[in-house]
Amino acid sequence: MEGKAEATQILTPGASPEQKRYGAILDVAMKIGLLVLVATFILYLVGMPKPHVPVGDVSANWSQKVDKYLEVTQIEKGWSWTKHLGQSDFLTFAPIAFLASVTVICYLTILPIFFKRKDFIYVTLVIAEVLVLVLAASGVLPSGGH
Amino acid sequence: MSKRTFLFLIVIAILMAIFAVSMVQAASDPASANAGGADSSLPWWAWPLILLIVTFFMGILAVLGGVGGAVLYTPIIGGFFPFGMDFVRGAGLFVALSGSLAAGPGLLKKGLADLRLAMPVALIASTTAVMGAMVGLALSDEIINTAMGVAILAIVVIMFLAKKSEYPDVQTADKLSSILRISGVYHEPSSDKDIDWKIHRTIPGLILFIGIGFMAGMFGLGAGWANVPVLNLVMGAPLKVSVATSKFLLATTDTSAAWMYLNAGAVIPMIVVPSFIGIMLGSLVGVKILARSKPSAVRAVVLTMLVFAGLRALLKGTGIWK
Repeated sequence: MEGKAEATQILTPGASPEQKRYGAILDVAMKIGLLVLVATFILYLVGMPKPHVPVGDVSANWSQKVDKYLEVTQIEKGWSWTKHLGQSDFLTFAPIAFLASVTVICYLTILPIFFKRKDFIYVTLVIAEVLVLVLAASGVLPSGGH
Repeated sequence: MSKRTFLFLIVIAILMAIFAVSMVQAASDPASANAGGADSSLPWWAWPLILLIVTFFMGILAVLGGVGGAVLYTPIIGGFFPFGMDFVRGAGLFVALSGSLAAGPGLLKKGLADLRLAMPVALIASTTAVMGAMVGLALSDEIINTAMGVAILAIVVIMFLAKKSEYPDVQTADKLSSILRISGVYHEPSSDKDIDWKIHRTIPGLILFIGIGFMAGMFGLGAGWANVPVLNLVMGAPLKVSVATSKFLLATTDTSAAWMYLNAGAVIPMIVVPSFIGIMLGSLVGVKILARSKPSAVRAVVLTMLVFAGLRALLKGTGIWK
């Protein structure tokens, strides 16, 4: 009976419940992230608070390879920026990281819908996707190395 | 001009003005005397400002030309701005992400982007995008530029030759798409009909996404240029569903690679943020003027720009035009 209801639901024009939820969360998260991104970037431009790396040093080295840039500006890889959120350049990373996390948030919010529907293939797909994104975000994978 | 459009343009003007004023404020800093990179005679603040303006127009062109912003962004900014390729590719992924995040809610709510179609594809593409990013970050700029030049020129050929099929003829859904229950119905306003669709050749399509994800991560190109032909021509999804699903799934594909670049330190806010805002605002304006544009003329401009950008990357990589 449930399978029949499911088939009817899929063949009706318009968005499925999981699409509606995903879209709603994405809409709110994207707008919050964008507003905070613009706000923190303007603070960075006016130097409030003082940035960790002076803008002159950033521009003098932005043509380098990333490892050279990090060496000169004394920035560590990975999540080290979270230790310097009191400085305007690293503060800008917070909304950037948030926007890069929006997909994980959206996936997690639709997981209960697939569970409730006993749609275990898509439950598995959601969990696998979240694991891939979390692994990429974790910083444990090698990136660079030249 | 409608009241809504007028308000929209006012918001854009205010945002641009805030950026410009902030740039002028930043320019009064003593550090602004520093040049914008080793090969540049301009002050540092000129580059983010030029980047904001260039990406704004790039965003308009991308929408009108039916391509994602990153396929234009990465080769053009990499070829003509004084930024290292690692940072340009990192920013390119965030550019693709910005377009997808902005368009995603509307496409999902209208039922044009299909979550059931996007999720298996996204899992494969995002996994291989991580691998592509790892390879890309380990290669020299010369190799990356050469390979990207070849890739961009190949993309131009694909875009030029690939035909589009509004409603591909899918007689029966294949076994895998039936198991995954990938099918749907959307309302087509132009004909006032409900369009029933299903897909086939799911396994070959998914295999192609292994390569698409890898290239997206390696070159920071996004993947819209390849997503649409594979979803539409190989898997048989209607064109509107393919375009919308492609746009939506970029957020997942590029997020995984974007995290790799972020963790590698290849994200500089002074490059990423003006690009992000410029492309997003440009895309919004592009959507507004889409109805009045001549698609064939815009497409010719986009293809010409891509040829030029591809040749530039190739010549830069081979050392002929430094």
